[in-house]
Amino acid sequence: MKILVCITHVPDTTSRIAFTEGDTKFDKNGVQFIIGPYDDYALARAVELKEQSGGSITVLNVGEADTEPTIRKALAIGADDAIRINAFPTDGLFVAKQIAAVAKDGGYDLILMGRESIDFNGGQVHGMVGELLGIPSVSPVMTLDLEGSNAKISREIEGGKEYMELPLPFVAGCQEPIAEWKIPNMRGIMSARTKPLEVMDPTGDAPKTTVSKFELPPAKGEVKLIDPDNMDELVDLLKNDAKII
Amino acid sequence: MAALAFVEIDEGKVKKSSLEAVSYAHAVAGEVTAIVFGNVSDIEEIGKAGASKVLNVTDEKLATANIMAYSSAIAEAMNQEGSDLLVLAKSSLGDPVSARVSIKVDAALASNVADLPDTSSGYTVKKSIYTGKAFANTDLSGDKKIIIIKKNAIAIKEDGGAAEVVEFSPTINDADFTVTTTKVEKAEGDILLPEADLVVSGGRGLKGPENWGLIEDLAKTLGAATGCSKPVSDMDWRPHHEHVGQTGIKVSPSLYIAVGISGAIQHLAGVNSSKYILVINKDPEAPFFKAADYGVVGDAFDVLPKLTEAVKKAQG
Repeated sequence: MKILVCITHVPDTTSRIAFTEGDTKFDKNGVQFIIGPYDDYALARAVELKEQSGGSITVLNVGEADTEPTIRKALAIGADDAIRINAFPTDGLFVAKQIAAVAKDGGYDLILMGRESIDFNGGQVHGMVGELLGIPSVSPVMTLDLEGSNAKISREIEGGKEYMELPLPFVAGCQEPIAEWKIPNMRGIMSARTKPLEVMDPTGDAPKTTVSKFELPPAKGEVKLIDPDNMDELVDLLKNDAKII
Repeated sequence: MAALAFVEIDEGKVKKSSLEAVSYAHAVAGEVTAIVFGNVSDIEEIGKAGASKVLNVTDEKLATANIMAYSSAIAEAMNQEGSDLLVLAKSSLGDPVSARVSIKVDAALASNVADLPDTSSGYTVKKSIYTGKAFANTDLSGDKKIIIIKKNAIAIKEDGGAAEVVEFSPTINDADFTVTTTKVEKAEGDILLPEADLVVSGGRGLKGPENWGLIEDLAKTLGAATGCSKPVSDMDWRPHHEHVGQTGIKVSPSLYIAVGISGAIQHLAGVNSSKYILVINKDPEAPFFKAADYGVVGDAFDVLPKLTEAVKKAQG
């Protein structure tokens, strides 16, 4: 079983979001970067599958040199080796092309990643990779179990779940509760330092979208407090002031 | 531009978010063709929202949602109709389907689009990013574009004419049917959380799943969907598809009512594009009040029945 886990390097969920250089760049000042939370679920499930049926886990990130501590963390959690495509992850298509180029001749049985990155939230890369490789793609995957060369998965839909069976190889965008996040132990952290991390140049593919400017939403006004014994006033506000009920 | 809108149905009816996609396509391109899979009981809504033609796929093989086969069919429809713009609503089906279409037709794709585009020089969209905490004005290049719109961002046009409904029989490729759907579990008759215009959500302040009746009474009275916080879903008080937040469902209703939820930043990330937020919490220091438009400092067990009564009274 060869598993490729693709991870993003994203600001911690509690980060204050701000921009610099005339609102054209994300302000990294004081921001803690982490493995994307959904990617972390994918990695945790990969580690469990490896424990069950053996094999190897390669972790892949498209990013510049500053993402290496995040990649090392994935190695500490249980990946065997890593590849970093040395490029800024400009858009989903660009990232998908890089992943597909690595996976094309890599002989992976499973390609796992998060359902979406928590910075750009596109949720498209797994589908693009699947199509580029001509294999199935499924997302958002909540459970994933292997049975020989097939897999049984469940996928969240609006108001419920779909259960599916499909042959390997395929691409899955993962989310909770596929596995519990794993915290690296000291042995993992030590061994991660010497695990192979290969840096590769990107393919020549160009992105098709470019951010020209970032914006923050307008600040919220003061909250209007209503006495708990005066629910008629609240209903009146919702009905006649906000006009929403 | 010539636009194709991918319309999804739920229990045989057109989803509201899909009508928003049709209206976006109409505002941008004028002439809109829609594609819809399955038997639709209210197909006339698609015309009202701005489409002049509807491609209806009724092949039994495509009756169940199929990511690969739907993407092949949509790409084929785009080629047949000469569409250079595909518009759809963000959803658990729309996301994976459109990703594959973008590769098939070599299109630029933008997701979470929060407004109509600026087409004064090229095609620039306002995308919601960082889970609603910011926007990115994004330029799309190339001849073909795919736009995935965020819910409640586009007003539905209601005065369009009757659309011509045409049967569409896409090519069936066996390679698209290697994934088999074995079972679908879905709550029937409920208002879908991501589609809802009003949402009532409960947190740990409700103390246990046995008290959810209070949330459901208010939701039923308002015609709202019900949601919950992450701890509530983690403790299995409520199913995961009701979990609102950073790693759950992101909602953008007109009104989000949060009951007994403190307002952790990860929860706020899932609700910050709501038009109005009402917070009910007994702790006046709960961080959620800072993100709220309306607030009631009080115990959920006291406030909820009173609020439900007051809504009923106002409804007459």
